[in-house]
Amino acid sequence: MIDILLYALVAGLLVAAVCGPLGALVTWQRMAYYGDTLAHSALLGLALGLALQANLQYSVLFTCLFIAGLLFALQWWRDIALDSLLGILSHSSLALGLVCLSFIDNQRLDLNAFLFGDLLAIMREDLINLALICALVLGLLWRYWPALVALCAHAELAEIEGLPVKRLKLLLMLMVAATVAVAMKIVGVLLITAMLIIPASAAARVARSPEQAGLIAALVGALAVCGGLAGAWYWDTPAGPSIVLGAGCLFILGQLAPGYRRSS
Amino acid sequence: MTDSPLLSLHNVSLKHQQQSLLNDISLSLNAKQIMTIIGPNGAGKSTLIKVALGLSKADSGSIYRRPGLRIGYMPQKLTLNPLMPLSVARFLAMAKPKRSQIDTALARTGISHLRDRPLHDISGGETQRVLLSRALLSSPDLLVLDEPAQGVDISGQTELYELINALRDELGCAVLMVSHDLHWVMAQTDTVICLNQHICCHGHPEQVSNDPEYLALFGRRHAEAVALYQHDHDHQHDIHGDVVCEHHQHD
Repeated sequence: MIDILLYALVAGLLVAAVCGPLGALVTWQRMAYYGDTLAHSALLGLALGLALQANLQYSVLFTCLFIAGLLFALQWWRDIALDSLLGILSHSSLALGLVCLSFIDNQRLDLNAFLFGDLLAIMREDLINLALICALVLGLLWRYWPALVALCAHAELAEIEGLPVKRLKLLLMLMVAATVAVAMKIVGVLLITAMLIIPASAAARVARSPEQAGLIAALVGALAVCGGLAGAWYWDTPAGPSIVLGAGCLFILGQLAPGYRRSS
Repeated sequence: MTDSPLLSLHNVSLKHQQQSLLNDISLSLNAKQIMTIIGPNGAGKSTLIKVALGLSKADSGSIYRRPGLRIGYMPQKLTLNPLMPLSVARFLAMAKPKRSQIDTALARTGISHLRDRPLHDISGGETQRVLLSRALLSSPDLLVLDEPAQGVDISGQTELYELINALRDELGCAVLMVSHDLHWVMAQTDTVICLNQHICCHGHPEQVSNDPEYLALFGRRHAEAVALYQHDHDHQHDIHGDVVCEHHQHD
């Protein structure tokens, strides 16, 4: 029993650690809708994995990376408003995923677990995969953090100053895709964006620098994971939604703290 | 003066969905030269600057930037995400300068006291100075300014233009800018380019202000305003602020 809780806690904390700084970048770049689109298309990856009887985690990961690459290409291929395109893709892919899944007759498949997460079902093998992907994304974040922050502050200035802006944008999209694929296990497809947006927004209130924002967001995420798990353990609430709810409460608390800015 | 230009454009055109944004633009900017682009809204002024900087790609034509050219760019305005906590110093640090360079740049633009303030907390005029400071960090040979005084009140505008002028003398750099400020255009510019998708006319400010295409584009009022400026010391103001002409008349 203790194993289950320990695995769940480690998995949750790892995802929180990635979602903190990455979520900060996502809010600064106004990519929330984009995260939703990727999250919803994760269901397609799930259907694909089931149909091909492949490892579900990896089929979801590669589908998300593929969709991210596709969106990136679309953006440069034509100057279409990404907003409306994402709005269409986001919900179409959710619907398509659900329809595809209904065709696959699988007794083992618990759709709720994918829509809302099933943190307490995490096994040792899942945890290893998850840790590998989280470590990779964290490493990339560490390496490219200053450049990514400069991109978020002002893309044109960053480009003039010699940063490879297009490649950085692609990197950011791919990292979000990878995170979505691993966070699906934790909070589920429908709530992944929350793990990116809410801790980062809570941190924005008190942080004094981009670095602090990333760290505080990770901390808020970690607290939310602990709170959500405690809820799931003691009161038998669903773990994923409890974590997001915890993050939401922390966000509200954060609004009461004295902010960095004098006027807001 | 046979030096190669810092920047030159040759027959550059750009279209967006069948609409021509830039049409057959050629220009050349030499070291220490000041070139100002004027034109009505939607004339493609910012687009031209972005193409010249390589931020946008032209459909046809060629763009030459002298190899190793250091460019300081001041964008039209800073639209910072409200959720992004940034101090002035951290914003400047993005250009990867040495620590002392940040202090020097802030001192040059007269905002050393804002060093550790959040970017969200400072006024429009101060923000423009922060952007100008960041443009200075590369010790530029060419300063590119896109409507530097946008969103700045009248007295702040004058100060900002004076500052830009002083900086140019100090750094000896060339300046390419979009500006609506006629005093600047007439008094400080070597070359004016009047843009309306294509280059309507270009040349020395006095020359341009008499060009029929320029008059057609900006109308008589604007032209008279420029003419008035050129006669600046030919007239005096009476106590009500009306112009009193002594030895010439406007018609």
